[in-house]
Amino acid sequence: MADIEKDLQDGVRDALAKKRRLNIVSGNTKTFLGARIEGEAFEVSGHSGIVDYDPKELVMTARCGTSIAEIESALRDANQMLAFEPPRFGTAATLGGTVACGLSGPRRPYAGSCRDHVLGCRMINGRGEILDFGGRVMKNVAGFDASRLMVGAFGTLGILLEVSFKVLPRAASSLTLVHECSDPVGYLNSLSASPLPVDAAAHVDGLCYVRLSGSDQAVSEAKQRLQGELLAGGEVFWEGLREQKLPFFDTDLPLWRIACPPASPMLDLPGHWMIDWGASQRWLKSAAETGEIRQKAMEAGGHAALFRGEGFMQPLTGTLLLLHRNLKSAFDPEGVFNHGRLCPEF
Amino acid sequence: MQVGGLDKGNIPSLVGALRARLGSEAVLTDREELAPFECDGLSVYRRRPLAVLLPSTVEEVQEILRLCGAHRVPVVARGAGTGLSGGALPLEDGVLLSLARFNRILKIDPLNRSATVQPGVRNLAISDAAAPHGLYYAPDPSSQIACTIGGNVAENSGGVHCLKYGLTVHNLLALKFVTMAGELVEIGSNAPDAQGYDLLALMTGSEGLLGVIVEATVKLLPRPERAQVILAAFGDVRRAAEAVGEVIAAGIIPAGLEMMDSLAIRAAEDFVHAGYPVGAEALLLCELDGTSAEVSEHVMTVRDLMKKSGATEVRTARDEAERRMFWKGRKSAFPAVGRISPDYYCMDGTIPRKNLPEMLDRIAQLSRQYGLRVANVFHAGDGNLHPLILFDANVPGELDKAEAFGRDILELCVEAGGTVTGEHGVGVEKLDSMCSQFEPAELAQFHAIKAAFDPHGLLNPGKGVPTLHRCAEFGAMHVHRGKLPHPELERF
Repeated sequence: MADIEKDLQDGVRDALAKKRRLNIVSGNTKTFLGARIEGEAFEVSGHSGIVDYDPKELVMTARCGTSIAEIESALRDANQMLAFEPPRFGTAATLGGTVACGLSGPRRPYAGSCRDHVLGCRMINGRGEILDFGGRVMKNVAGFDASRLMVGAFGTLGILLEVSFKVLPRAASSLTLVHECSDPVGYLNSLSASPLPVDAAAHVDGLCYVRLSGSDQAVSEAKQRLQGELLAGGEVFWEGLREQKLPFFDTDLPLWRIACPPASPMLDLPGHWMIDWGASQRWLKSAAETGEIRQKAMEAGGHAALFRGEGFMQPLTGTLLLLHRNLKSAFDPEGVFNHGRLCPEF
Repeated sequence: MQVGGLDKGNIPSLVGALRARLGSEAVLTDREELAPFECDGLSVYRRRPLAVLLPSTVEEVQEILRLCGAHRVPVVARGAGTGLSGGALPLEDGVLLSLARFNRILKIDPLNRSATVQPGVRNLAISDAAAPHGLYYAPDPSSQIACTIGGNVAENSGGVHCLKYGLTVHNLLALKFVTMAGELVEIGSNAPDAQGYDLLALMTGSEGLLGVIVEATVKLLPRPERAQVILAAFGDVRRAAEAVGEVIAAGIIPAGLEMMDSLAIRAAEDFVHAGYPVGAEALLLCELDGTSAEVSEHVMTVRDLMKKSGATEVRTARDEAERRMFWKGRKSAFPAVGRISPDYYCMDGTIPRKNLPEMLDRIAQLSRQYGLRVANVFHAGDGNLHPLILFDANVPGELDKAEAFGRDILELCVEAGGTVTGEHGVGVEKLDSMCSQFEPAELAQFHAIKAAFDPHGLLNPGKGVPTLHRCAEFGAMHVHRGKLPHPELERF
């Protein structure tokens, strides 16, 4: 645990002076996402430690290099959690990388995404300035929402130094039901439309998995109302899904993440499917052409990302591309950070 | 950010072009016609715009922005005009773009649990339209019968259910907006977590500085099976504030957790007769929702916690009618206070919850110092304060005093590690307070974001973010992260 903010700022200023490009590196667990890039490795994981955590405030502030493991352990001690269940993809995963990649786990449709939990950040922009945005409170509309803009920006707008985020109490009770299901999209959507305490719902290899979490009575009552057998050690399944350790993910085929409106029928694409997020995120192992997959996803009102391999980001066009380019230069006019990671041209 | 170099000679040609494009009845320029648009919900600020435009189609909005851009005439967009920070205050050298005619619900999609609406649709109308499907739209600002979704997005509106269900930003799926260059942009969708920069988050709460919203798709949630509200009275405010922390510590996230102080309790009770305990110093309303079993379990826990925290009285609503009555008192708090004072000034700071008792002490001190009464109403669950400063604008100097009092409160919020606005926005009202919360480099970054969308600074210029020049003139001591600069120096 150390505060090396000043060193990091000096490093950025030095790179600016020497016109070098930096490739921000922290836990190095999600390098496979997005494009491979050139640039001098700029190590930020040394900037670590929980800065502030009062469980009654439901807010934690930690430095970017703090490991997710350390954060989750501190939260567990206070019977709280990161409700968006970020995939770690390795024990070295850090807060900064998690926010920069903006990934969320199985509870996302029910408790919100990584971005939904971010409240504020401290960062270094591409002028070498240290800036604070947002705050440590739930409600804050002062100034543009620059801190949520950092989520999923893959470090292209600056280096995250600290992030403040909302945390939530762990449910008193949680269990997983499993049953054979031939219409998973219909079934999972019917759950989402009900007031039941569902906080994860997935389908793979003909089986629907539904996690119920809440007060003891709420969970046991919901269990009576739903079909399915109790899955012993259900958490192992959800952990496997979150970390992509289930047998489904053990593949040599390209792995696609297709986000779509939850009630969309199954897309007419060859391959093997796994349904997550109450049917709004679908994983596809397929050798189909990139163009075909993206086209079908778009027709369904969604988007597709090649999760492992080059081609994570769907190319941008028109005004949307212009706004991205303008925002990039608003934060990083010299293009010092993670050039090309998100979009080839910046 | 520079307000475009307006050439007055251009105005007649612009108005003529707008009339030709929109039709005369959609371009208002007469004094009397402009009068209702002179202010928003913050009526102490008033300005008459050059013209009020009432387009009916997205193409017309695009055309207006293109024409105004070409003439370098600034544009202020307006929804229902219920905002409390002057965000929709017109500019004398600009046009006011009213979205009032964009009032159609385009689609309720019960299967995907979303609603696609035009920006002028009222907040409550969405929940009404979704109700037959057992769904509703969660954010519920107190003005929800009148305020529109476009304004809600522009301000990132909250409401009493934010702690559990989030702000507008957490309940928005997609937007269509028009840039100052007249380009239509679509962001987000019914599919979660679009790739690229999170423009949806950036647009939300951008106070009309980045684009004009012409369509929004929002998330609908299933109605909870049951909601119950607990009313707890306390003999002192500090105990009530501590009780809030105890509820959270017990692992319960209430759907709403509101607090009122004695002046607000009495005003609300006189106004709507909600059955509030008028002798109490503080009142907590704690709403619990979920499945029937869960609500029953949590009601027991919360009742016990309130009693242990020193509540003098704890009641649960006997039926739905009483539950609604309890809330009506809270939601009518502003107009209720309006009945006991000729004018009131509503503040909107947020602080970490643990600082509530100290903050209330400091507000009471300031109240004595300024000689102005304060009624405190707040979203206790998320630390969002609404102190209502009572004053009489007809007494010379009282408005200035009230504004100075308000700024002092906001500075205390920043000192306590909070923010100058939780949900009402900066508008024109809190520009000076922004100088306390942000460093020059941060404000410069905001201006750069603005320029990324609107290089000529024509969309709602002069709102939301103060110029560095203004901050230098205002001369506020910058209070950063709860610390004054150079704490070693004595201050006089």
